[in-house]
Amino acid sequence: MNNTYLWTAVAVMFVFTYLPRVLPLLLVGKRIKSPFLLAFFRYVPYVVLTSLTIPAIFYSTRTVWGAAAGFVTALWLAARNKPMIQVALAGALAVLVTESLLQLI
Amino acid sequence: MRGEEFREGLVTSVPIALGYLAVSFAFGIHATATGLSPIMSTIISLTSLSSSGQFAGVGIMAAAGSYVELALAVLTINLRYILMSLSLTQKLAPMPLWHKLIIGYAVTDEIYAAAIGRDKDVTRDYYVGLMLLPVLGWTMGTLLGASLGALLPQDVVNALGIALYCMFIALVVPPARKDRSILRAVLLTAALSLALAYLPGVRALSAGWRVILLALAVPAGLAWRDTRAGGTAV
Repeated sequence: MNNTYLWTAVAVMFVFTYLPRVLPLLLVGKRIKSPFLLAFFRYVPYVVLTSLTIPAIFYSTRTVWGAAAGFVTALWLAARNKPMIQVALAGALAVLVTESLLQLI
Repeated sequence: MRGEEFREGLVTSVPIALGYLAVSFAFGIHATATGLSPIMSTIISLTSLSSSGQFAGVGIMAAAGSYVELALAVLTINLRYILMSLSLTQKLAPMPLWHKLIIGYAVTDEIYAAAIGRDKDVTRDYYVGLMLLPVLGWTMGTLLGASLGALLPQDVVNALGIALYCMFIALVVPPARKDRSILRAVLLTAALSLALAYLPGVRALSAGWRVILLALAVPAGLAWRDTRAGGTAV
Protein backbone atom coordinates (compact mmCIF):
# COMPACT_ATOMS: atom_id res chain seq x y z
CA MET A 1 0.00 0.00 0.00
CA ASN A 2 1.68 3.22 -1.09
CA ASN A 3 1.06 6.57 0.53
CA THR A 4 -1.02 8.08 -2.27
CA TYR A 5 -3.36 5.10 -2.18
CA LEU A 6 -3.63 5.21 1.61
CA TRP A 7 -4.38 8.93 1.87
CA THR A 8 -6.85 8.82 -1.01
CA ALA A 9 -8.57 5.81 0.54
CA VAL A 10 -8.84 7.60 3.89
CA ALA A 11 -10.31 10.64 2.12
CA VAL A 12 -12.82 8.46 0.25
CA MET A 13 -13.90 6.83 3.51
CA PHE A 14 -14.26 10.22 5.17
CA VAL A 15 -16.36 11.71 2.35
CA PHE A 16 -18.73 8.76 2.10
CA THR A 17 -19.18 8.68 5.86
CA TYR A 18 -19.59 12.42 6.35
CA LEU A 19 -22.00 13.15 3.49
CA PRO A 20 -24.84 10.82 4.58
CA ARG A 21 -24.55 12.30 8.06
CA VAL A 22 -24.40 15.97 7.25
CA LEU A 23 -26.58 16.39 4.13
CA PRO A 24 -29.90 15.67 5.87
CA LEU A 25 -28.99 18.18 8.59
CA LEU A 26 -28.33 20.83 5.95
CA LEU A 27 -31.27 20.07 3.67
CA VAL A 28 -34.13 19.41 6.08
CA GLY A 29 -35.03 22.46 8.12
CA LYS A 30 -38.70 21.98 8.84
CA ARG A 31 -40.34 20.01 11.55
CA ILE A 32 -42.02 16.92 10.16
CA LYS A 33 -45.70 16.86 11.12
CA SER A 34 -46.72 13.52 9.63
CA PRO A 35 -47.47 11.02 12.44
CA PHE A 36 -46.36 8.27 10.09
CA LEU A 37 -42.89 9.76 9.56
CA LEU A 38 -42.50 10.55 13.26
CA ALA A 39 -43.31 6.94 14.16
CA PHE A 40 -41.02 5.77 11.34
CA PHE A 41 -38.03 7.70 12.63
CA ARG A 42 -38.62 6.57 16.19
CA TYR A 43 -38.06 2.96 15.13
CA VAL A 44 -35.02 3.54 12.91
CA PRO A 45 -32.20 3.43 15.50
CA TYR A 46 -33.43 0.22 17.14
CA VAL A 47 -33.95 -1.52 13.83
CA VAL A 48 -30.51 -0.47 12.57
CA LEU A 49 -28.66 -1.54 15.71
CA THR A 50 -30.50 -4.87 15.84
CA SER A 51 -29.84 -5.67 12.19
CA LEU A 52 -26.17 -4.72 12.59
CA THR A 53 -25.89 -7.09 15.56
CA ILE A 54 -27.84 -10.12 14.34
CA PRO A 55 -26.44 -12.34 12.99
CA ALA A 56 -23.01 -10.60 12.74
CA ILE A 57 -22.29 -10.97 16.47
CA PHE A 58 -22.10 -14.75 16.11
CA TYR A 59 -19.20 -14.41 13.66
CA SER A 60 -17.33 -11.73 15.59
CA THR A 61 -15.10 -14.11 17.54
CA ARG A 62 -13.27 -17.37 16.85
CA THR A 63 -16.13 -19.76 17.61
CA VAL A 64 -19.91 -19.46 17.49
CA TRP A 65 -20.10 -20.93 21.00
CA GLY A 66 -17.87 -18.24 22.45
CA ALA A 67 -19.88 -15.58 20.68
CA ALA A 68 -23.15 -17.09 21.95
CA ALA A 69 -21.82 -16.93 25.53
CA GLY A 70 -20.85 -13.28 25.01
CA PHE A 71 -24.26 -12.54 23.47
CA VAL A 72 -26.20 -14.02 26.39
CA THR A 73 -23.95 -12.26 28.92
CA ALA A 74 -24.42 -8.92 27.17
CA LEU A 75 -28.22 -9.40 26.98
CA TRP A 76 -28.38 -10.21 30.66
CA LEU A 77 -26.29 -7.23 31.78
CA ALA A 78 -28.01 -4.82 29.39
CA ALA A 79 -31.41 -5.94 30.72
CA ARG A 80 -30.16 -4.87 34.15
CA ASN A 81 -29.25 -1.42 32.73
CA LYS A 82 -25.50 -1.86 33.22
CA PRO A 83 -23.28 0.77 31.56
CA MET A 84 -22.04 0.17 28.02
CA ILE A 85 -18.41 -0.41 28.95
CA GLN A 86 -19.40 -3.07 31.50
CA VAL A 87 -21.62 -4.86 28.99
CA ALA A 88 -18.85 -4.73 26.36
CA LEU A 89 -16.04 -5.99 28.58
CA ALA A 90 -18.15 -8.67 30.31
CA GLY A 91 -19.26 -9.90 26.88
CA ALA A 92 -15.64 -10.14 25.73
CA LEU A 93 -14.67 -11.87 29.00
CA ALA A 94 -17.44 -14.45 28.53
CA VAL A 95 -16.09 -15.15 25.04
CA LEU A 96 -12.54 -15.53 26.37
CA VAL A 97 -13.57 -17.90 29.18
CA THR A 98 -15.83 -20.01 26.94
CA GLU A 99 -13.27 -20.34 24.17
CA SER A 100 -10.50 -21.19 26.63
CA LEU A 101 -12.70 -23.92 28.15
CA LEU A 102 -13.52 -25.26 24.69
CA GLN A 103 -9.81 -25.58 23.95
CA LEU A 104 -9.34 -27.72 27.06
CA ILE A 105 -11.94 -30.25 25.94
CA MET B 1 -21.78 28.53 24.99
CA ARG B 2 -24.31 27.54 27.62
CA GLY B 3 -22.38 25.56 30.21
CA GLU B 4 -25.31 23.62 31.54
CA GLU B 5 -26.25 22.12 28.17
CA PHE B 6 -22.62 21.34 27.43
CA ARG B 7 -22.11 19.68 30.79
CA GLU B 8 -25.25 17.57 30.43
CA GLY B 9 -23.96 16.28 27.10
CA LEU B 10 -20.55 15.58 28.57
CA VAL B 11 -21.99 13.55 31.47
CA THR B 12 -24.28 11.55 29.18
CA SER B 13 -21.36 10.72 26.90
CA VAL B 14 -19.03 9.15 29.50
CA PRO B 15 -20.31 5.57 29.07
CA ILE B 16 -20.22 6.00 25.27
CA ALA B 17 -16.61 7.23 25.42
CA LEU B 18 -15.58 4.26 27.57
CA GLY B 19 -17.35 1.82 25.26
CA TYR B 20 -15.61 3.43 22.28
CA LEU B 21 -12.26 3.06 24.00
CA ALA B 22 -12.74 -0.72 24.17
CA VAL B 23 -14.16 -1.13 20.67
CA SER B 24 -11.63 1.13 18.94
CA PHE B 25 -8.87 -0.72 20.77
CA ALA B 26 -10.09 -3.78 18.89
CA PHE B 27 -10.19 -1.75 15.66
CA GLY B 28 -6.60 -0.58 16.22
CA ILE B 29 -5.42 -4.17 16.58
CA HIS B 30 -7.38 -5.20 13.50
CA ALA B 31 -6.11 -2.31 11.37
CA THR B 32 -2.44 -2.84 12.16
CA ALA B 33 -2.88 -6.57 11.52
CA THR B 34 -3.89 -5.69 7.95
CA GLY B 35 -0.66 -3.70 7.53
CA LEU B 36 -1.66 -0.14 8.40
CA SER B 37 0.59 1.93 10.65
CA PRO B 38 -0.71 2.97 14.10
CA ILE B 39 -0.78 6.63 12.97
CA MET B 40 -2.74 5.82 9.80
CA SER B 41 -5.19 3.67 11.80
CA THR B 42 -5.71 6.55 14.21
CA ILE B 43 -6.27 9.04 11.38
CA ILE B 44 -8.92 6.72 9.92
CA SER B 45 -10.70 6.64 13.28
CA LEU B 46 -10.50 10.42 13.68
CA THR B 47 -11.83 11.15 10.19
CA SER B 48 -14.43 8.39 9.80
CA LEU B 49 -15.66 7.97 13.39
CA SER B 50 -17.67 4.96 12.26
CA SER B 51 -17.14 1.46 13.56
CA SER B 52 -18.66 -0.80 10.91
CA GLY B 53 -17.65 1.48 8.03
CA GLN B 54 -14.04 1.51 9.16
CA PHE B 55 -13.81 -2.23 9.68
CA ALA B 56 -15.12 -2.78 6.16
CA GLY B 57 -12.90 0.00 4.78
CA VAL B 58 -9.59 -1.32 6.08
CA GLY B 59 -10.53 -4.76 4.80
CA ILE B 60 -10.86 -3.33 1.30
CA MET B 61 -7.68 -1.26 1.69
CA ALA B 62 -5.77 -4.37 2.76
CA ALA B 63 -6.92 -6.08 -0.43
CA ALA B 64 -5.90 -2.93 -2.37
CA GLY B 65 -9.50 -2.58 -3.57
CA SER B 66 -10.47 0.18 -5.98
CA TYR B 67 -11.68 3.59 -4.77
CA VAL B 68 -15.09 2.86 -6.29
CA GLU B 69 -15.43 -0.38 -4.36
CA LEU B 70 -14.32 1.39 -1.19
CA ALA B 71 -16.75 4.26 -1.73
CA LEU B 72 -19.70 1.95 -2.47
CA ALA B 73 -19.04 -0.34 0.49
CA VAL B 74 -18.60 2.51 2.95
CA LEU B 75 -21.62 4.39 1.57
CA THR B 76 -23.87 1.32 1.75
CA ILE B 77 -22.92 0.63 5.34
CA ASN B 78 -23.35 4.30 6.19
CA LEU B 79 -26.69 4.91 4.45
CA ARG B 80 -28.36 4.40 7.81
CA TYR B 81 -26.83 7.71 8.89
CA ILE B 82 -29.14 9.45 6.43
CA LEU B 83 -32.10 8.08 8.35
CA MET B 84 -30.52 8.94 11.69
CA SER B 85 -29.66 12.50 10.65
CA LEU B 86 -33.13 12.93 9.17
CA SER B 87 -34.69 11.97 12.46
CA LEU B 88 -32.19 14.17 14.32
CA THR B 89 -33.38 17.23 12.36
CA GLN B 90 -36.68 16.81 14.19
CA LYS B 91 -35.08 17.38 17.58
CA LEU B 92 -32.42 19.90 16.62
CA ALA B 93 -32.75 23.43 17.99
CA PRO B 94 -32.33 26.12 15.29
CA MET B 95 -28.65 26.78 14.59
CA PRO B 96 -26.39 28.25 11.90
CA LEU B 97 -25.09 26.12 9.06
CA TRP B 98 -21.54 25.74 10.28
CA HIS B 99 -22.73 24.31 13.59
CA LYS B 100 -24.56 21.65 11.61
CA LEU B 101 -21.34 20.92 9.73
CA ILE B 102 -19.70 20.13 13.09
CA ILE B 103 -22.59 18.11 14.51
CA GLY B 104 -22.86 16.12 11.27
CA TYR B 105 -19.34 14.82 11.80
CA ALA B 106 -20.42 13.01 14.95
CA VAL B 107 -23.72 11.35 14.02
CA THR B 108 -22.73 7.87 15.19
CA ASP B 109 -25.08 5.07 16.25
CA GLU B 110 -24.40 5.67 19.92
CA ILE B 111 -24.17 9.48 20.04
CA TYR B 112 -27.30 9.71 17.91
CA ALA B 113 -29.15 7.26 20.17
CA ALA B 114 -28.22 9.33 23.24
CA ALA B 115 -29.29 12.60 21.58
CA ILE B 116 -32.58 11.24 20.29
CA GLY B 117 -33.39 9.73 23.69
CA ARG B 118 -33.15 13.14 25.33
CA ASP B 119 -36.44 14.59 26.61
CA LYS B 120 -35.55 18.12 25.45
CA ASP B 121 -34.50 19.70 22.15
CA VAL B 122 -30.93 18.98 21.10
CA THR B 123 -28.89 22.19 21.17
CA ARG B 124 -25.45 22.78 19.68
CA ASP B 125 -23.83 22.93 23.12
CA TYR B 126 -25.47 19.69 24.23
CA TYR B 127 -24.32 17.90 21.10
CA VAL B 128 -20.77 19.25 21.30
CA GLY B 129 -20.62 18.10 24.93
CA LEU B 130 -21.95 14.74 23.80
CA MET B 131 -19.36 14.24 21.03
CA LEU B 132 -16.05 15.40 22.56
CA LEU B 133 -15.26 12.48 24.88
CA PRO B 134 -16.45 9.77 22.46
CA VAL B 135 -14.28 11.25 19.67
CA LEU B 136 -11.34 11.31 22.09
CA GLY B 137 -12.07 7.77 23.30
CA TRP B 138 -12.48 6.42 19.76
CA THR B 139 -9.22 8.02 18.57
CA MET B 140 -7.11 7.22 21.64
CA GLY B 141 -8.44 3.67 21.82
CA THR B 142 -7.38 3.11 18.22
CA LEU B 143 -3.90 4.47 18.89
CA LEU B 144 -3.55 2.28 22.00
CA GLY B 145 -4.82 -0.85 20.28
CA ALA B 146 -2.65 -0.22 17.23
CA SER B 147 0.49 0.36 19.31
CA LEU B 148 -0.02 -2.17 22.11
CA GLY B 149 -2.28 -4.75 20.51
CA ALA B 150 0.60 -6.94 19.40
CA LEU B 151 1.52 -7.44 23.05
CA LEU B 152 -1.83 -9.03 23.86
CA PRO B 153 -2.45 -12.78 23.61
CA GLN B 154 -4.35 -13.75 20.44
CA ASP B 155 -7.23 -15.17 22.53
CA VAL B 156 -7.86 -11.76 24.09
CA VAL B 157 -7.75 -10.06 20.70
CA ASN B 158 -10.31 -12.55 19.34
CA ALA B 159 -12.63 -12.02 22.30
CA LEU B 160 -12.54 -8.22 21.87
CA GLY B 161 -14.15 -8.68 18.45
CA ILE B 162 -17.52 -8.94 20.19
CA ALA B 163 -17.20 -5.64 22.07
CA LEU B 164 -18.82 -3.54 19.33
CA TYR B 165 -21.92 -5.73 19.24
CA CYS B 166 -22.18 -5.80 23.03
CA MET B 167 -22.24 -2.01 22.90
CA PHE B 168 -25.17 -2.16 20.46
CA ILE B 169 -26.97 -4.55 22.82
CA ALA B 170 -26.43 -2.15 25.71
CA LEU B 171 -28.12 0.56 23.63
CA VAL B 172 -31.12 -1.48 22.50
CA VAL B 173 -32.16 -3.66 25.43
CA PRO B 174 -33.02 -1.04 28.10
CA PRO B 175 -35.48 0.94 25.91
CA ALA B 176 -36.92 -2.32 24.54
CA ARG B 177 -37.70 -3.44 28.08
CA LYS B 178 -39.45 -0.18 28.85
CA ASP B 179 -41.46 0.15 25.64
CA ARG B 180 -43.39 -2.73 24.09
CA SER B 181 -43.48 -1.15 20.62
CA ILE B 182 -39.66 -0.96 20.59
CA LEU B 183 -39.42 -4.54 21.83
CA ARG B 184 -41.72 -5.59 18.98
CA ALA B 185 -39.54 -3.73 16.47
CA VAL B 186 -36.36 -5.35 17.82
CA LEU B 187 -37.74 -8.91 17.79
CA LEU B 188 -39.23 -8.49 14.32
CA THR B 189 -35.94 -7.09 13.00
CA ALA B 190 -33.91 -9.90 14.57
CA ALA B 191 -36.17 -12.53 12.98
CA LEU B 192 -36.13 -10.87 9.55
CA SER B 193 -32.39 -10.27 9.68
CA LEU B 194 -31.80 -13.97 10.39
CA ALA B 195 -34.16 -14.93 7.58
CA LEU B 196 -32.42 -12.61 5.11
CA ALA B 197 -29.00 -13.87 6.18
CA TYR B 198 -29.73 -17.58 5.80
CA LEU B 199 -32.66 -18.22 3.47
CA PRO B 200 -31.65 -19.35 0.01
CA GLY B 201 -32.00 -16.71 -2.68
CA VAL B 202 -31.79 -13.69 -0.39
CA ARG B 203 -28.63 -14.64 1.47
CA ALA B 204 -26.51 -13.31 -1.39
CA LEU B 205 -27.49 -9.85 -0.17
CA SER B 206 -24.51 -8.17 1.52
CA ALA B 207 -24.79 -7.23 5.19
CA GLY B 208 -24.82 -3.54 4.28
CA TRP B 209 -27.81 -3.88 1.96
CA ARG B 210 -29.59 -6.07 4.49
CA VAL B 211 -29.33 -3.30 7.08
CA ILE B 212 -30.65 -0.69 4.65
CA LEU B 213 -33.55 -2.86 3.55
CA LEU B 214 -34.60 -3.59 7.13
CA ALA B 215 -34.06 0.02 8.26
CA LEU B 216 -36.60 1.11 5.65
CA ALA B 217 -39.10 -1.76 5.70
CA VAL B 218 -39.50 -2.47 9.42
CA PRO B 219 -40.02 1.13 10.61
CA ALA B 220 -42.35 1.74 7.65
CA GLY B 221 -44.44 -1.33 8.45
CA LEU B 222 -44.66 -0.60 12.15
CA ALA B 223 -45.32 3.12 11.65
CA TRP B 224 -48.13 2.25 9.22
CA ARG B 225 -49.60 -0.10 11.84
CA ASP B 226 -49.28 2.55 14.59
CA THR B 227 -50.92 5.35 12.62
CA ARG B 228 -53.49 3.38 10.61
CA ALA B 229 -56.08 3.50 13.41
CA GLY B 230 -55.62 7.27 13.56
CA GLY B 231 -54.49 6.99 17.15
CA THR B 232 -51.18 8.26 18.50
CA ALA B 233 -48.13 6.07 18.09
CA VAL B 234 -47.36 4.23 21.30
